[in-house]
Amino acid sequence: MGTGQRAAYLIAVPDSPPPPAAPPSLAVLFGSFFSVGMLGFGGVLPLARRMIVEQRRWLSAPEFSDLLSLCQFLPGANIVNLSVALGGRWHGPLGAVVALAGLLVAPIAVVIGLGAVYLRWRGVAPVAHGFAGLSAAASGLVLATALRIAGPLGGKPRALAVAAVACAALALLRLPLLPVLLVLVPASIALNRRGA
Amino acid sequence: MSADSGTLATLGALFAELSMLAVGGANALVPEMQRRVAAQGWMGPSEFAALFALAQAAPGPNMLVVTLVGWRVAGLWGALVATGGFVVPSGVLTYGVARLWQRFREAQWRRVVQAGITPVTVGLVMAAGLLLCRAAITDVPTLLLVLATTAVLLATRLHPLWLLGAGAALGAAGLL
Repeated sequence: MGTGQRAAYLIAVPDSPPPPAAPPSLAVLFGSFFSVGMLGFGGVLPLARRMIVEQRRWLSAPEFSDLLSLCQFLPGANIVNLSVALGGRWHGPLGAVVALAGLLVAPIAVVIGLGAVYLRWRGVAPVAHGFAGLSAAASGLVLATALRIAGPLGGKPRALAVAAVACAALALLRLPLLPVLLVLVPASIALNRRGA
Repeated sequence: MSADSGTLATLGALFAELSMLAVGGANALVPEMQRRVAAQGWMGPSEFAALFALAQAAPGPNMLVVTLVGWRVAGLWGALVATGGFVVPSGVLTYGVARLWQRFREAQWRRVVQAGITPVTVGLVMAAGLLLCRAAITDVPTLLLVLATTAVLLATRLHPLWLLGAGAALGAAGLL
């Protein structure tokens, strides 16, 4: 398809999936996930979506949503699972490792550098107070995330009750996570199955 | 970088276990992670909260607190072992399941399970927020900063990094 043709096609049907891209080489796979890892602040998923769906056109928007829902369903960090699934789809286990390494290598180096600064200078008053402010802001960030994802549970008293029990078990009673999950997840599935 | 193999094995096993318990993303794991590193005698809640905050301020996925905990406990090898322990079990599972996914992605049971997991995740992330607050709020100014950050994030689309930077700057300037 020529460029002019493609442009016309895109204008006519903007939501149609673009033609599938060829499988990327290992180097491109590494580089793409490297840039996502390096540039993604405060949540990598939006950047990953832009790269995978819009820039590289590796997946259509529905394909991406489908793969993401799998990665959210399985345990582990979503973006980690996503890089493994995509890398593995084209290049088997090696592709999975390459995509994952691309995603993590730069952030690991940066975070260790920040950690070194913290450990070296935390005895100095301005640095210690800076970290106190950073910690307060970060806990506000997690609170805001919790409230935002709690929003959709608003009209569902049984779902809210499950959330409240989970929160109390972990934050107040300080119970271990494994037994809490073993009890609450099946109970929650039984209680909330009608809404599914 | 010296690290004894017993500590590395403990780190790897702990984060491999947490990997399989991470049903609601990395934030939902914070209460368990904080509890376990304290039980090992590795660090208290306020140091954990500082490392968590650092991981939020760095680029990349928000699971990086795992890397930082490993690094703090056992240096570079600790960072690599903790990170590997956390990504390998769930990664292997994802790799395997992604190939079979077409068979059951439309299955009703998957939606039912997801609808059950979501409220649990909400509760876990809320617990994470409360525990981090308990560690980070030491006086009235830090309390106000937590409340202001939460309110601004809920009311606006401001990038979180601005608020993290503002919190650190206010602290460093001696205003907290």
